[in-house]
Amino acid sequence: MLYAKDITVSLGSKPVLHGITCTAAAGEVTAIVGPNGSGKTTLLRALTGDIAHGGQIALNDRDVTGMQAWQLASLRGVLPQATPLAFPFTVIEVVRMGLMAGVSAGRNHLPEQALAQVDLTGYENCFYQELSGGEQQRVQLARVLCQVWEPTLDGQSRWLFLDEPVSSLDIAHQLQVMQIARAFAEGGGGVIMVMHDLNLTAMFSDKVILMKNGRIVKTGTPVEVIANEPLSDAYGCKIDLSRPAPATAPLFHPATVSTH
Amino acid sequence: MVALSDTLARGAIRGTDRAVLARRVSVFLIILLVIVSLYSLTTGAAGTSAAQALATWITGGEVSLRDRVVLLDIRLPRLMMGVLVGASLAVSGALMQGLFRNPLADPGIVGISSGAGLGAITAIVLGPLLPVAFVSLLGHYLVPFAAFLGGWGTTLLLYRVATRKGRTSVATMLLAGIALAAFAAAISGILVYRADDNQLRDLTFWSMGSLAGASWSKVFTATPIIILGMAAAPFLAKGLNALALGEATAGHLGINIQLVKRIAILSVAASTGAAVAMTGGIGFIGIVVPHLLRLATGPDNRYLLPNAALLGAILLIVADMISRVIIAPAELPIGIVTAVLGSPVFLWILLRRRGVLDL
Repeated sequence: MLYAKDITVSLGSKPVLHGITCTAAAGEVTAIVGPNGSGKTTLLRALTGDIAHGGQIALNDRDVTGMQAWQLASLRGVLPQATPLAFPFTVIEVVRMGLMAGVSAGRNHLPEQALAQVDLTGYENCFYQELSGGEQQRVQLARVLCQVWEPTLDGQSRWLFLDEPVSSLDIAHQLQVMQIARAFAEGGGGVIMVMHDLNLTAMFSDKVILMKNGRIVKTGTPVEVIANEPLSDAYGCKIDLSRPAPATAPLFHPATVSTH
Repeated sequence: MVALSDTLARGAIRGTDRAVLARRVSVFLIILLVIVSLYSLTTGAAGTSAAQALATWITGGEVSLRDRVVLLDIRLPRLMMGVLVGASLAVSGALMQGLFRNPLADPGIVGISSGAGLGAITAIVLGPLLPVAFVSLLGHYLVPFAAFLGGWGTTLLLYRVATRKGRTSVATMLLAGIALAAFAAAISGILVYRADDNQLRDLTFWSMGSLAGASWSKVFTATPIIILGMAAAPFLAKGLNALALGEATAGHLGINIQLVKRIAILSVAASTGAAVAMTGGIGFIGIVVPHLLRLATGPDNRYLLPNAALLGAILLIVADMISRVIIAPAELPIGIVTAVLGSPVFLWILLRRRGVLDL
């Protein structure tokens, strides 16, 4: 269980998050959605400790402020939006860095397996800096997967924090990455991801957190949150939703930009 | 050497080609260092043949006093100093580049050598004004220690100025380096103006950078500081690799970033400080050596750092030989030789990265 209470973040004198309280359960995919500038990424970066914030965060019932970097690294992997590299490392060298976190160390076959999962077998000796943005993002995902390969370890759930993992990917790889996240959750791990694509969110997540202006405006299942009213309120545009069958996820079409 | 073999052994995670290549390069560099060192011992104005003297000594014959003095008291300490200074400059460069995440960082270019030089000059000129007890406590270590403090202060200041929100701006770093170097030069100028004749003689070689002042006492004084500084490098390799992904990501990989940064800064300050205290400012070794090695065997610091130590030592010995023979029997300051060799490489790197630099 991830539990965050009263998270506040200010950039300069401008408050960006206004006391956010939220939870995410292990075994589930939790998606954070909302318009640009609503504070999605800021919330994720506060949850991972990348930016200074107020409030408390507990991961698996332990306060994260009392944990060392290596302890956290054995519990969670974090995928940023983009990771530019300063030096010409090869793909396999980057993925191997995921083994540094200790718990997976010595498992030397993992990098190749992780690369196969993100459909990059054969890219091992390519230079990372020469890949496209989408390929780089998949290399980084493979690195993160190496770090927390097993979704649970010694009875503890492990966590994936993914910041827009599919924004720079083509449709096939979007589905592939979402399936990896789904499988991780079904294996007992927790996944928290910032998402832009509401249809993929509806298809693959268990819980959706909708944000606007640094506040949570609605939390619930995809069916509850990806609905006409909350979405058109948050995004300020008219929404057409269809549901091909009652058991399937809602499907979302943007209609027209509202006049207000 | 223990640290070196330790690093090499720990690097043996299921080899890519580059890891295997890097280890082969290490072996090659060790052999090359031995050859270059022997060659350096046999080269010089005195015309003493070290090979002949060595052969005589090994077969139990009598080596003339003159040959012994030339070999053991002039050339050998000079060689040792070249090895130590070359290795520490190259490793400092590689550490700085890893720390700043930029291949253009180098103690000479960003003003750390100037800071260390200022420390050393201050110690030479103002040393007599210090309490006698303090001076005698530090003894020979006063100048290297002051150089270390100067280098450390400059590195910290530079890091603070150039890094905002975990990102180091290259442009700010280079410009701050210019400002720091100019400031150090101004203060040095005031101190030189104030110095007496004896001190002036001591100071002259700072401006040139030379191994000519080599002596066993200098080597013994600087060795512990340089070894201490470089011994930290193997422990930093993994952290610096992770740092290439950015500070936040390195933290998520379980690296204690603050600790890595602090140790790297101390290590750079100690090695650069001691090197500058011995030989004055010798530029470009710290930028050319890691760059060549990255081209050959990749940026993995577990191999880069030990190989940089070896290649740095080799390059400085070769530069020293060039400086000794090119206008023999006079000597060209070695700083000029390394600058002539190094500045085109620096420009080349700069041009290749022009798109990245937003100057």
